[in-house]
Formats: sequence, structure tokens, C-alpha cells
Amino acid sequence: MWALVKRQCFQLMLVIWGVGTLTFVLMRSLPGDMAYRIAASRYGQDNVDSAAAELVRQELNLDQSVFSSYLSWLTDLLQFNLGNSLVSGLPVIELVQHQLGHSLLLAIFGIMLSALIALPLGVWSAQKGGAVNTALVWLSTATRAMPVFVLGLLLILLFSLRWQLLPVAGFGTWQHLVLPSLTLAISLAAVSNRVVHTSTRQVITSSFYRFSRVKGLNESQTFVRHGIRNIAVPVVAFIGVQLVSVVEGIVMIESLFSWPGIGHGLAHAIFARDIPVIQGCALMMGGLFVLLNGVIDLLCHTIDPRGQQER
Amino acid sequence: MTDVSYDEIAKKKSLIRYSLLAAAIVLCSIFGLWSNQAPQSNLNKSNTLTISGPWEISSLEPSQQGYILTRMQVLETLVNVNSSGELTPGLALNWQVSDDGLSWLFTLRNNVKFHDGTLLNAAAVVASLGHAQQKHGALNKADIAQIDAIGNNQIRITLSQPYISLAALLTNYSTSILAPASYKTDGDIKTLYGTGAYQMASFSPPHKLTVKQFSGYWAQQAKIPYATYLTGHRAESRLLQAKTGDADIVFTLDPAMLSQLTSNQTVKVHSNLIPRTLFLKLNNSHPLLSELRTRQALDLALDRHSIATNVLHAQGSETSQVLPRSFAQWYLSDISTSKLNLVKAQALLSEQGWHKNESGILQRDDQPFSLTLMTYADRPELTVVATAIQAQWAKLGIDLKINVTNSSMIPAGHQDGTLELALIARNFGSIADPFPIISTDFSNGGGDWGTMNWHNAQVDNAINQLAREYEPAKRFTLSQTIAKVIHQQLPVLPITSYTQHTSVNQRVQNFKFDPYERNYFINQMAFK
Repeated sequence: MWALVKRQCFQLMLVIWGVGTLTFVLMRSLPGDMAYRIAASRYGQDNVDSAAAELVRQELNLDQSVFSSYLSWLTDLLQFNLGNSLVSGLPVIELVQHQLGHSLLLAIFGIMLSALIALPLGVWSAQKGGAVNTALVWLSTATRAMPVFVLGLLLILLFSLRWQLLPVAGFGTWQHLVLPSLTLAISLAAVSNRVVHTSTRQVITSSFYRFSRVKGLNESQTFVRHGIRNIAVPVVAFIGVQLVSVVEGIVMIESLFSWPGIGHGLAHAIFARDIPVIQGCALMMGGLFVLLNGVIDLLCHTIDPRGQQER
Repeated sequence: MTDVSYDEIAKKKSLIRYSLLAAAIVLCSIFGLWSNQAPQSNLNKSNTLTISGPWEISSLEPSQQGYILTRMQVLETLVNVNSSGELTPGLALNWQVSDDGLSWLFTLRNNVKFHDGTLLNAAAVVASLGHAQQKHGALNKADIAQIDAIGNNQIRITLSQPYISLAALLTNYSTSILAPASYKTDGDIKTLYGTGAYQMASFSPPHKLTVKQFSGYWAQQAKIPYATYLTGHRAESRLLQAKTGDADIVFTLDPAMLSQLTSNQTVKVHSNLIPRTLFLKLNNSHPLLSELRTRQALDLALDRHSIATNVLHAQGSETSQVLPRSFAQWYLSDISTSKLNLVKAQALLSEQGWHKNESGILQRDDQPFSLTLMTYADRPELTVVATAIQAQWAKLGIDLKINVTNSSMIPAGHQDGTLELALIARNFGSIADPFPIISTDFSNGGGDWGTMNWHNAQVDNAINQLAREYEPAKRFTLSQTIAKVIHQQLPVLPITSYTQHTSVNQRVQNFKFDPYERNYFINQMAFK
């Protein structure tokens, strides 16, 4: 266990350095004058001009060499200082905390809701098979094929416009969290219910599962004692992968629901060439991915300790 | 194999149970903490006006997104502008200019309180304008030598060169007056204290700003206790916010979606012309565009009426003049908008040796008539209009490629000379008087957002004279000269004026639209 934790810590440091450096190199290689990009984001489309770009260039010392600016970033990083945004001037750590906090909240609630949808559906379709399974395959495919943006709009039309139960967009109250989480959950459950289905099918058709019935356990006892844990390993691993991709990849949902998440913030930072924010976001997300992967590994380890005991 | 006892299994089970319980408690606490973090817990539908718009607010620095802060009535300027374009007193009661045009004396309004309770005085105004001078903004258009406090309630601005539009520059949001306590020692904003009818309540960049009524306001007290501005990135979301009543006022509605609101009884749509013009910026030294007859042909091949009616859903907004009718001084009332005339356009190009090849593309000496038009996605209608122009000019045989990019590429392309054509939406109302923008954009070869590589001595002279001319009749003549030359020489091709569509929920009374987009007049509004 400790070896696993130590390995994760080492990975974390390597990821932070690697992600930061790669981001720096990639951003510097992008075409277009950084000063103009930053000026456009600072002053808006109506007020960006060459005078504004020149002011930005001087203020941020953009003419310094690439190596010296990389070195100053690395020195700041070693002092746990992520710097300030080139656009707003606010500390990057504050921006990232605000955005990553909202993204995590949305991702966790989305994943929890998706588990609530996918688990019963997947198990049910595996047990029933036939028409139920075929119908679910069609439904899952149709939902997955639909852009998440359209799904969100449909939910808004239903819950906000027709029933007037929930707000269309915004953040700050629990009501604002429901629709984006639900959109995310349905989109994720469309895939994860199939993983649950496959995992359940494998378990319930296995010889150990049939043997437990032979030795006298009824269906629900068999499922609780021998089914859940065996089904859980691939499902937990898959949900872990989903969680990681969801934290960064829900730009459309954030944009549609005016949710201040890190995906949207990162996209805007890239448009604006706001390198400290991009690096800050990338670092935190890289760190988070290592952390989440570590947690998932530990969870799988706990659920299925066979390898560990045999060693 | 490890031996496992029933005790150990029971222990493990209880450990898992407690871990799950702890995780649930932590999760609930995080959510609870997050919910309570919203400082506007006493905000509700009945006491809060919700405004939705597409603009993000990432900073409280007035030179950046100060336009949102003046619109939300947190910040105010020394001079205001009414809907007819006339300058009116703001925080300055009146102003006089010396005979040589170099010294401007502004007398401040008495008993104006900042949101931190301190009184507005000359020292605070001088400090605020000094701060604005250090930043990018309108004030730098004038050649200011010094700003002094004269006693407690007067300030004097001394210029190195006469500049007729100085008072108009002081209507711009970047010249807003802040309390001295607003600034950190390095000049950055610490806490925003303005003089407006509303003061800051919370700020969640880049999406949300909440303001609360300021009881010490010097003019009409606000009736609505709170107002929230929420960035709605997508036009669809903003429309739905209007439809459901989530947002009381929604700005910049997509014209194509307006029909969805016509049957809605709870919402009224206001469509107002604003001093913004959509035009084509041309590189006048480009080999294909340097000839006047070519520019005339391109002008005649534009179907402005179709763009205005079918793309922008704003019939009658088509124009072939840079400035809208509301700026009478700059508008040529005796000139009608150019109409589509493909036959004449083709004749003008044939005169210059351009003929269609077998692919339908114009060609001269093996050179195809091929151009790249640059535009930006900040305003979604621009890309649609660009494709409409592409289709219209294709009928003439012009191969037009479209490059949708960042808005900053227009000034960058102007400076490095790589720009060929650009479709832009220029706001002439960011300063009450369009002269500062015209003088930067259209004189001495052009500016980042105006003409490019176009020199006209008549226009340059008229602009130089206008900077120091106070006589209204002469100013009118000079402005008309500039407008006429631009209209005849076509260094830019105007397409349409802009119509701003705003939805207002029926529960909001006394909504008033400011064509200069400086103020939402929330303090005059009330709920039914």
C-alpha cells in the first residue's frame, strides 16, 4: 500500500513539471502575437488596438527571452506561486480554485447521479436480457449519439420552460446544480450502463455464481454476497476514467448553463494566451488526475484484494 | 493464503460502513459550505433584478470591463450623454474651456458620496483620472499635459494641443471616478467604491456581479434592492432565460431567435438602433483593391437589403455610410443607400481587364480575383454575414476565403500589413462624440479599426481642423466633407447599422434603453 502511495507522489511531481513545461512550450509555439491576444481579452473587442497591445507588452515584459520567462515560472512554482492572470491580474490560484471547485462539484454530482441511473439499468438489462436489453442498447446509443448540448437544451425545455421547476442557467444555489448534473449524468449513464450490463452478465453466467445458487442461496442473497463485489471492479475503474475525463471535458455543459467550470475557463485562457492560468489549470488538473487514479487504484485494491493476498 | 477470521470480516465491514458515512458527511459539508458561500443568501426573485448579457466580467479595473460597472450603476463619470448625443452634467456640474482650447475647468457636484462614505472632492477626481491615464483608454486620445485640483470642488485639465472632444472623452467608462480607498499602493483595484446608485455586493469573475442599492446616492434612489448581472455565453441560454423569466432583462438577443419571443405574453422585446456599424475594412494598397473602380464594383455587388432583412432580421438597417443617422453631423441625408447592381459591377471590372474563367472566377493575366476576408467570432452575426458576402461576391466571380479568428488579429493584421479584407462591427458610441474614433480610424493613412493604407489630404485637413473648431456650423461642414469623401472613395464598405434587441420581463417597469450603452438606469426601474 505504501509503495503505491509513494509511487503516486513521485508520479504527481513528474506530472506537475511535465504538464507545466509542455503547456509553456505549446503556448509559446502558437501563432499570433501574445500581446494582441491578451489585450483583446483585457479590453474587449471594441477597444483592442496596437496601443493596447504595446501597453500590455511593456507591462508584462513580453519581450524577455523564452528561456528567462520559463525559468522565472519554474522558480515561482518551486515557491508554490502560480502567478497572476495576464488578463484579469487576479491570482491564478484563486481563479483555479473557483473554477476547479465548481467543476469538481458538477463532476461528482454528475457521476453520482449517473451511477444511480446506470447501475439499476445495467443490472436489470443483464438479468432480463432479450427485449429489455435491446431497447436499452437503442436508448443508450441514441442518447450517446445526441450532442450533450442538445440533451441539456431538452432538459431546460422540460424542467425550466414547461414545468418551471429549475433555473435555466447560473450558479450559487443547489437548484442551479440540478440540470447541469442531470445532463452530465444522462450522457455518462448512456455508456456506463452498458459496462455494468457486461460486467453483470459475466458474473451471473460464471460458475461460482451458479454454484452459490446450487448450495442453496436465493437470487438476492447470491447477488448481494457474490454479485456486487465482482461486478464492482470494472465498473469502479470505468467510472474513475469517466470522472477524470468529465472534470476537463464538460465545456459545452458549462457554457450552456453558465457554469463557471475549469473547462470553459481553460478554453478562454487559451484564446487569450493567458499562460499562467493555462499552466495553473493544467497543473491542478494533472495533479487531480494522478490523485483520482490513485484513489481508484486503492478502491479497486480494496474491492478485489486477491492479488495482494496471494503476493 | 492469508487466514481470515469472522472478527476481521466484521471489523472490515464496520470500517467500510464508517468510511462511507464519513465520505457522505464530508460531501454534504462541502456542498453546504459551497451553498452558504453565496453571500447573496437574502437575494430572492422579489428583491433582485436579474440581467443577462454576453459579456464576461473578469476584472474590476475600469479600463477593462468598466462598461459593465457603469451600466450596473456602480461607477459614474464626470460627464454624461443623453439619448440624443448631447453632453449632460454627470459628477461635474459644468465645464468651461479657455479661448486657446488648452485649459478645461470642471466644477464638481457637491455632496456626492462614494460607497465608502467619503465625499467626492477634487483630489479624488485628480487621482482617479491620473490612474486612468496610466491605463489603456479614451483619456489617452487627448494630449493631456496636467490635471490639477483647484480648491476642493474644481479640477483643471491642461492640454498640450487643443482637443475639442475632451468633455466627450470623459463620458467613457475608463474615466470613471473611484474613491481613493479603492486603490492599492501599486494602483490596482482593492475594493471598488464608486458613486453610483448601486454598490458592489459580490463579484464572481468572469460570470457574475451582484450589486445592492446605495442609500447615500446623490440622485434618484434605487427602488429595487439588488441587481445581478450574469454572463450568458450562449444566445440559446439567454433566450430561454428570457422566456422562463429567470432573467428580467436580456441584452443582445440573437435576431434569428426573436420570433420565439413574439408569442410570449410575459416578455416585451425592445429593438433599438445603436451607433455601431458593420463594415468591410479594405487594404487599399492591395493590388486587387487599390483601384477605385474595383471598390465600386465590390460595393455594387453587395446586397445590403438582403443581409439586413434576411440575415440580421433588421429591415431598414442597411446603410452605405459609416455613421448612423443618429449622428446628424456626420450623416449625409441626401444620399441613398447603394443598391445591388451586378451588371454595372461586372462592367466596372471588365473595363479593367477582369474576365470570368471556365470555373466562373474572375481572372486577369492568369491572376485570379482571390481575397481572404478576416472576421471574428465575438459577434456571432459577423460569421453569418461574411458567408452571405462570400455568396454575393461569388456571383461576380470573386473567390473569397473566410478566416474566422480572434478580434485582435484585425489590428495586428493592419499593423503588419497582412490584412486584405476584414468584416468588423465598429462601435462609434463608446465616446459620446464620434470624432475621437473617426480621427484615429480615418486620418493619416488609417487606423487599426478604420481605413488601411488610404491617404486623403482633404480628410486629413478636415480632421485636423475639427480638433480645434468650436463653431457648430463649421464643424458640421467639416464633418460632412469627411463623410462625403469616404462615401465617394470607398476606403471601407459600410453594410448595416446595428439594432440591439433586448427582452424585458413584464414585471419590470420604466425600462429605458441607452443607445450609448453606458447605463441600464436600474435606479429608475421598479417591479409591478
